[in-house]
Amino acid sequence: MEAAEIERALRRIAHEIVEKNKGAEELALVGVHTRGIPLAERLSSLIERFEGVRPAVGVLDITLYRDDLSEIAVQPKVRETRIPFDITNKPLVLVDDVLYTGRTARAALDALVDLGRPQRIYFAVLVDRGHRELPIRADFVGKNLPTSRQEVVKVKLNEVDGEDGVELWQR
Amino acid sequence: MAALKHLLDFEGWRRSEVESLLETARLMEEVLERPMKKVPALKGFTIATVFFEPSTRTKTSFELAAKRMSADVVSFAVSGSSLSKGESYKDTLLTLQAMVLDAYVIRSPVAGMAHQAAGWLRGSVINAGDGRRAHPTQALLDAYTLLDELSQLEGKKIAIVGDIAHSRVARSNAELLPLLGADVWAAGPVGLLPEVLKGARLTSNLAEALSDADAVMVLRLQKERMQDGSLPSIREYISEYQITAERMNLARPGALLLHPGPMNRDLELAGTLAEGSHSRVERQVRAGEAVRMAVLYHLLVGRAA
Amino acid sequence: MSLLIKNALLVDGAGEHGRGDVLINNGKIASLSGGEAATTIDGSGFVLTPALFDPHSHLRSPGQEVKEDLRSGLLAAAKGGYAAVVAMPNTEPAIQRPEDVRGLYQQASRLDGARLLLAAALTEEQQGRRLTPAGLLRQAGAVLLSDDGRSNDDAGVLARGLLYAAAASLTVAVHAEDTSLRGEGLMNDGALSAQLGIPGNPAEAEAARIARDLEVLRWAVRKAAPLGHQVRLYVQHVSSKRGAELIEMAHADKLPVYAEVTPHHLTLTAENWRSFDPVFKVAPPLREPEDVDALLRALESGVISSIGSDHAPHTRAEKERDLQNAPFGIPNIEVAFPLLFSELVDKRGFPLAKLIARMSDGPREALGMKEIRLRVGEVADLMLFDPGASRSVDPATFLSKARYSPWQGWRLKGWPLLTLLAGKEVWRDAALA
Repeated sequence: MEAAEIERALRRIAHEIVEKNKGAEELALVGVHTRGIPLAERLSSLIERFEGVRPAVGVLDITLYRDDLSEIAVQPKVRETRIPFDITNKPLVLVDDVLYTGRTARAALDALVDLGRPQRIYFAVLVDRGHRELPIRADFVGKNLPTSRQEVVKVKLNEVDGEDGVELWQR
Repeated sequence: MAALKHLLDFEGWRRSEVESLLETARLMEEVLERPMKKVPALKGFTIATVFFEPSTRTKTSFELAAKRMSADVVSFAVSGSSLSKGESYKDTLLTLQAMVLDAYVIRSPVAGMAHQAAGWLRGSVINAGDGRRAHPTQALLDAYTLLDELSQLEGKKIAIVGDIAHSRVARSNAELLPLLGADVWAAGPVGLLPEVLKGARLTSNLAEALSDADAVMVLRLQKERMQDGSLPSIREYISEYQITAERMNLARPGALLLHPGPMNRDLELAGTLAEGSHSRVERQVRAGEAVRMAVLYHLLVGRAA
Repeated sequence: MSLLIKNALLVDGAGEHGRGDVLINNGKIASLSGGEAATTIDGSGFVLTPALFDPHSHLRSPGQEVKEDLRSGLLAAAKGGYAAVVAMPNTEPAIQRPEDVRGLYQQASRLDGARLLLAAALTEEQQGRRLTPAGLLRQAGAVLLSDDGRSNDDAGVLARGLLYAAAASLTVAVHAEDTSLRGEGLMNDGALSAQLGIPGNPAEAEAARIARDLEVLRWAVRKAAPLGHQVRLYVQHVSSKRGAELIEMAHADKLPVYAEVTPHHLTLTAENWRSFDPVFKVAPPLREPEDVDALLRALESGVISSIGSDHAPHTRAEKERDLQNAPFGIPNIEVAFPLLFSELVDKRGFPLAKLIARMSDGPREALGMKEIRLRVGEVADLMLFDPGASRSVDPATFLSKARYSPWQGWRLKGWPLLTLLAGKEVWRDAALA
């Protein structure tokens, strides 16, 4: 995916979110560390542009909720969770860069549920690369990218990596 | 940072490792601010608190920290245990080990017990205080409390006051705080000062230690010191070393006042200061939980290195 | 049975005497230049010396046989190159009556290994109050009186004890530590103990008590002189620089004091306490490098004339307790000679003849016995050792019940291959063909 494609996808997703939610009132976005955060910020700005309302953005770290803590690293680093608004009874959009096995999304759901009782939780991803291991699906998808397990999907965002793009590599 | 297996003291630690641990503690504190103060990171882990010396606050703090991380906790009490029937510390610990535990939080009246236990047991050992030697989690929570307000400890003067010779809190703080750049002073009556305290400047001159200090850490005075002759007069101690509002004026304005607890009001510390504007005692307790959660996380979570 | 040891290097307390072919017959040295023998051993590359004499060992009998007993202790001693061992009386009950002494000698007569000699308590139950009957104990066979394990806090008791012992031709051995200065100390008192937060036992406690004991000795010498009795004071396990200095000053005044040092105080320091391993817990404690250096100088000059093992076996479980409750004591009788040969002679050039003197002549002299020389007619208490082959200290192979060691894994030379007691083999290493 190129930078322009990403922009277009995000604009579309922003519209889809507002359409599905029937407006942007009460809506809040929660970005999953790391790249879900700038994506959530961008979606919030986009929604503001055509709805006049800027949805609040929260930041979620799911390290403490992962089911693979003993495998991913010698010392998995815990990062910040900051959701400076009450999520109870609010419609939330969970935002992440890639949806793959679904385990990150499951951990994120567990974390959100421990933080309050949202009215409902939508899930938006930039890339869905298939190979689900759990019954999880995204409500909003930027691009469906069929991949093999030998491939690595790398999303790059200006805010984090200095440029926008989606790359596909062989392992 | 290389995987940490035990927390016995700070031998060989670098500044970056301390900062990493305290950073995790900061993030754990956020968990403690949530309505649901629990995360599943240590689900399935079993942690034993093995206190061969009585303690309420430290033991409870560790147990709570473990439970906040969803670990199961087994608590081993000394009185009525086989230890009082003559079983050695080693045999007592090995009996626990047969129950397949992941971590042992051990407090003992004898120095070196945590090191010995680390050699006997398969799980991780956390030193919750061994004799007079070390109490690393106390030093971590003290550092955390100080950093909370002072932002960084480089060049800051910290004065530890009281029975330095018999204090594991003093020893561990003198080991840890200089790693973060602090200038540590330790003051007390001559009979209660050790020959040497690595990392700190020793003095029996209280005013010298308090002068322009950014923080004052007051140690509990144990009545036993009267019995063994190392402190001839409590009255003299109060007169010369009790921390009062007047003495706090020697320190910087707004200097922090810490105490590891439990406190002897009006003995080592004037009672009114305990709740006064300098006091950060309550903050210390809160910090203790977050710090202990971080320690458990760093010890138990992650791939074996 | 006659035995010929061919071509070994001959060394005794008087010096090195080149190679010789030593013929042993009827329990004595029959010749240094060969002869007919029933058995021959090729001593090429090996060294033959008088067997070692240990003036200070704990064999835990009666009452503590789980730690060591006469059988295991005497076999272990023989393996260490010792033909004779003086067992200390701090047992349960203490060895304090003539019957106790006779009974133990009877037991030992049926056992193999080194010869047992007994020290009896100086005071009843070693409590430091009432003296034991020195004369009767001597008659029963005791060779030494001591309240070892404790110091005699009451100077008057020690003073009279020295006087009665002199009348019975017995030496009194003291464990010199001021009880109150020693306090609850577990390790050497200093910067390291302060750092580790472990109670310290200061060198001054040893010096204070040695100084006092030397003045008490002066009193006893003055009282004994007109009666013609020979007073002898033996200061056990001197561990500090100041302690050695005080002994030196006493020698300058011609006081009849003999000083002893242990293998552990010559080869280990307080630094070992950083491991928090109770195997290093001993009284008096391991001290600083400057103390070790002073002890070595004193050993060389002869201010310290005797090496005693202070072999102090405990069960492994006891030595795996916490630092507070683990008992004091280091077992070492099987490794003492190879340890000192390797660390002193091989590494630091300490003269071998002097080491033999300190481990044979010196202890004997302190107890009023004559030294052993490699000469015709001498009793054949001999040791043959290998100065070349290096072997690791492996406690699993110990004959002593205390199968652990602070020197575990150390590679040492000088392992005894053969120990003879009055010509009888009490130890033979499998490596000796």
